[in-house]
Amino acid sequence: MNIFQDANRKQIANRRKTDWYLHILFVIATSIGVLALCALIVDILVDGIARLQPELFTNFPSRKADGSGMKSALVGTIYMLLIMAPISFIFGVGAAIYLEEYAKKGRLTRIIQLNISTLAGVPSIVYGILGLTLFVRLLSLDRSLIAGALTMTLLVLPIIIVSAQEAIRAVPKSRRDASFALGATKWQTVYRSVMPSALPGVLTGVILAMSRAIGETAPLVMIGALTYVAFLPDGLKDSFTVIPIQVYNWLSKPQLEFKELAASGIIVLLALLLLMNFSAILLRNKYQKNV
Amino acid sequence: MFKKKGFKGILMLSMVVLLAFAAACGNNTNGGNTGSENTGSTNNAATNAPTNDAVKLSGEIKIDGSSTVFPLTEAAAEEFNKEHKDVRVPVGVSGTGGGFKQFCAGEIAIADASRTIKDEEAAACQTAGIEYTELSVAFDGLSVVVSKDNDFIDHLTVEELNKIFVTGSTVATWKDVRDSFPAEPIVMFSPGADSGTYDYFNEAILEKAGIRNDKAISFSEDDNALVQGVAGSKYGIGYFGFAYFEENQDKLKVVPVEAGKGAITPTYDTIKDGSYAPLSRPLFIYVNKKELERPEVKEFVKYYINNIGTFAGEVGYVSLPDEQYATEAAKIQ
Repeated sequence: MNIFQDANRKQIANRRKTDWYLHILFVIATSIGVLALCALIVDILVDGIARLQPELFTNFPSRKADGSGMKSALVGTIYMLLIMAPISFIFGVGAAIYLEEYAKKGRLTRIIQLNISTLAGVPSIVYGILGLTLFVRLLSLDRSLIAGALTMTLLVLPIIIVSAQEAIRAVPKSRRDASFALGATKWQTVYRSVMPSALPGVLTGVILAMSRAIGETAPLVMIGALTYVAFLPDGLKDSFTVIPIQVYNWLSKPQLEFKELAASGIIVLLALLLLMNFSAILLRNKYQKNV
Repeated sequence: MFKKKGFKGILMLSMVVLLAFAAACGNNTNGGNTGSENTGSTNNAATNAPTNDAVKLSGEIKIDGSSTVFPLTEAAAEEFNKEHKDVRVPVGVSGTGGGFKQFCAGEIAIADASRTIKDEEAAACQTAGIEYTELSVAFDGLSVVVSKDNDFIDHLTVEELNKIFVTGSTVATWKDVRDSFPAEPIVMFSPGADSGTYDYFNEAILEKAGIRNDKAISFSEDDNALVQGVAGSKYGIGYFGFAYFEENQDKLKVVPVEAGKGAITPTYDTIKDGSYAPLSRPLFIYVNKKELERPEVKEFVKYYINNIGTFAGEVGYVSLPDEQYATEAAKIQ
């Protein structure tokens, strides 16, 4: 009797130990990500905080670090977002609604689905090449704001479609059935019943996709966003630059002061990213309870 | 019921936001159109009117090409903009080769180049019917550098450089370069193949044989990465533009290069008088002749040639002798 009890206790102790070790391991795994972000933020803040002056936002870039700003880059990024957001929303969510609500579940739908998932993983530079051939050359949009925004739209569309689909799928089937039972058409069901529930999820996906887009550099370098731009674009076909490109440009200069400018450019970009991610979280929290 | 209304509200709100976006975009398009019409008419006015300094210049001068020439063009564009606020001068850095590709497709007015145009690029321009003027704007002294910790190198000959970097080289340690050097493995750093800097090194040192490509050498398009690489490895060697050496003198040691006339260290003087051969190189801008007929382009190029001498030192390059600027200026009259 005693023997059994002892053996049992030992077993339990062992299991507890394993549990504890794994617990530590998982904590370490989590903290690596957090620590990396902290290290990055601290490093960037130390370098860049001194340059975070109003001139950074009001001045155009200059060959002299003092008084050099990123007005054109900031405005370029914002314009790009403004063009990208509605286009990618309409096409992305539209595609998601079609795939989830209208399309018959068959071989064709599966192929489309597979295609979209694959596209979501394609390296961004490939979209740059596509954008260069399609928008810049073929549609002769030149190296313009609209060509850049359209290329970025292509880049984020798969991400938006996939996340919107997930949000739509999460709406219980009973909602649709109830709607149909009342004699509603497909569109009425989608518009009045499915979408209101799915919208927070959809919007979160859209915002997260947008925040990925503003950090992308490779495709824009490919389609020729420019490095030195001392004016604001005032039309869709104007030349433009964006924050990551301005940062890259500053980093590649030999003078040390530009490294600080680059750091403050990164702070602005990070702040923009956090702001967007934060609003996505707020949106989700606010409407999740109501569903 | 209440909930439903709330959701409908969100949907309506997002629709409104969407509409606002769309409207903003619509405005953008209109703005763009009117904008270009305006510039168009000003252009016409400027061409029709007799040449007159009082004419307000506007329009866009697109420039792209070498990242080495970029600081010069950036300086010229920035200063030019102070006098002519309505002229837009966007500058890109696609590399010399990338710049010529766009130049010969007629996409840009001026190409920055850290070497002269290649035959096949010239052919591409000819096919597209693009005539151009080549203008030299400054000198760059390609600098061969080692780490500050390197205490055994006092100079290298052109042959030794060739031996180290050339394709198929069997040099693995410094001892293979010269017997008096230690038997430590060499670590090499070089700009990537799309850069004019590499092209120039290939031509001047490697006799166009191409650079080695094995485990001992790293390539980067980012000159600062090369600086970091060389500075961080005691037995490292690399090469890049003079400006990058100048800014990092505390971390790097420049290697005097011997080409039959004694070992010469790159300085402003040796680069300018040409004694730092064969590694001092001229930098160019290529101007599309048709674009040069536009008054703003002509004014900009004139400004560039007349003032670049003063900016060159500021950004780490060496200005041409004054009489050469006069020669270059004469080409665009």
